Amino acid sequence: MQKNIKRLWPLFLLPTFAAFVIGFIIPFIQGVYLSFCKFQTVNKATFVGLSNYVKAFADTQFSHAFWFTVRFTVVSTLLINILALIIALFLTRGIKGTNLFRTVFFMPNLIGGIVLGYIWQILLNCVLSLLGKPLLALDSTYGYWGLIILMCWQQIGYMMIIYIAGLQSIPNDYMEAAKIDGATTWQTLWHVKLPNLMPSITICSFLSLTNSFKLFDQNLALTAGEPAHMSEMLALNIYNTFYVRSGIQWKGIGQAKAVIFCIIVVLISLIQLKATRSKEVQQ
Amino acid sequence: MAKKTRTGNAVITGIFVVFCLAWVYPVVMVVLNSFKVESAISTNTAFELPTAGTFAGLSNFADALSSKGFLSAFWYSLVITVTSVVLILICCSMCAWFITRVNNWVSKLCYFLFVFSMVVPFQMLMFTLSSISDRLGLNTPYNICLIYLGFGAGLAVFMFCGFVKSIPIEIEEAAMIDGCGPVRTFFLVVLPMLKPTVVSVGILETMWLWNDYLLPYLVLDRKKYTTIPILIQYFRGSYGKVEMGPMMACIVLTIIPIIIVYIAGQKHIIKGVSAGAVKG
Repeated sequence: MQKNIKRLWPLFLLPTFAAFVIGFIIPFIQGVYLSFCKFQTVNKATFVGLSNYVKAFADTQFSHAFWFTVRFTVVSTLLINILALIIALFLTRGIKGTNLFRTVFFMPNLIGGIVLGYIWQILLNCVLSLLGKPLLALDSTYGYWGLIILMCWQQIGYMMIIYIAGLQSIPNDYMEAAKIDGATTWQTLWHVKLPNLMPSITICSFLSLTNSFKLFDQNLALTAGEPAHMSEMLALNIYNTFYVRSGIQWKGIGQAKAVIFCIIVVLISLIQLKATRSKEVQQ
Repeated sequence: MAKKTRTGNAVITGIFVVFCLAWVYPVVMVVLNSFKVESAISTNTAFELPTAGTFAGLSNFADALSSKGFLSAFWYSLVITVTSVVLILICCSMCAWFITRVNNWVSKLCYFLFVFSMVVPFQMLMFTLSSISDRLGLNTPYNICLIYLGFGAGLAVFMFCGFVKSIPIEIEEAAMIDGCGPVRTFFLVVLPMLKPTVVSVGILETMWLWNDYLLPYLVLDRKKYTTIPILIQYFRGSYGKVEMGPMMACIVLTIIPIIIVYIAGQKHIIKGVSAGAVKG
């Protein structure tokens, strides 16, 4: 049977793989190569060794964007997961209107980042101006918290769905056993629900971690890095280095930044893979 | 005891109702503002309801539809999303079946590369990818789906592979013994069994494609084609006065189809998302 299928590789494998080579492999390899070059277009590139990387690390805007992203990622990941878990716990208790609540909480997830960013920009600017505070584009602290509120609004629904699925898959026998043994609600939560929910917690925390770390659209629409690149995150910083800054050296530096960014994201994913695997062994 | 939980639940329901109203408020606010005249939508009056003096009727919508290019942007977004999702579903399910059933180093390498591509952020490829697509002429809404097939293949192949592995191979062997070739086996036996995964992958890819901003912005020939996210970004991105009224109308017109589709298919969407997350 294998031989029969193998004969047909031009039909089954080739279309996807050819597109994959054009859409991923070639640009990826070219991208890695260009990070060692000075270039304006892909064809006119001169090799300059590691100097792009040195300049990227020396760029203060880049390091500011890095720490801004880290602070944002940690806070938003924690908030999203804690709030989503609390909502999921309430929505699995069989209260009235559960389906409606679930539908409403998930809705923001379907609206794209650019649209979300503008909706919240209008809303937050209105709140800030009524309170007599500086607008989003003038103070990066408000920009930071604005991004966090926006991210929570968008992601909580998604994570909630995963937590609900996790909670519903816990066998009912466990709850009954805990009840018979006289466990209180808190004890059931800590000793029965949470340990059984660990796989969902791992998935959700890494999903929200990578989503926050790679955030681009929302950042562009809500603050666009204002004021003076103070609310700029890594992805937007890379984009600006490529397309906004003038000067022949910046494209190479931007590509070097992109490679650094890519390495960090791959490392996070490897840690996730390891965490998921070790959980599987325990069960 | 029973009575106590009942009042407790009523309180929780009440809190959640308030919470839900707050959750939908941003959308409601935009809808209300889209009916106001230009001068009444400023930073400190965005919360005010439209009054007789500031009510603009449907003029913002008429403006957005007639002169701001909303209809063509909507059409291009639709073309890109539909062609790409269909192409991804057909090609990636075939590819995943091949990779799972043919067990040699080529398919193992392919699988590894596909999974790796899921992790790589778009910023890594954006410059080189846009120059390649320019050179190959893949910069119109009608053939950008080839780029999306390549860039979006990772998630789809990964999810399809996960499901194909759980199908017992005996079913396919039986089909082959009965005289089905691989092509007919795949389309008549395997694909029908893959239906739940096709729905999940289709939903996840649609959510991504419909809202994608940066890839079409960089790849498409920007002078000729805009998609909805690009159009909305243009309202703000260009210097000069921002036309808030038509922008609000555009946002509303963008959200309405999404909400209609969501309400119609929410069961599938929520199921698809949780299935995708558990595998991803």
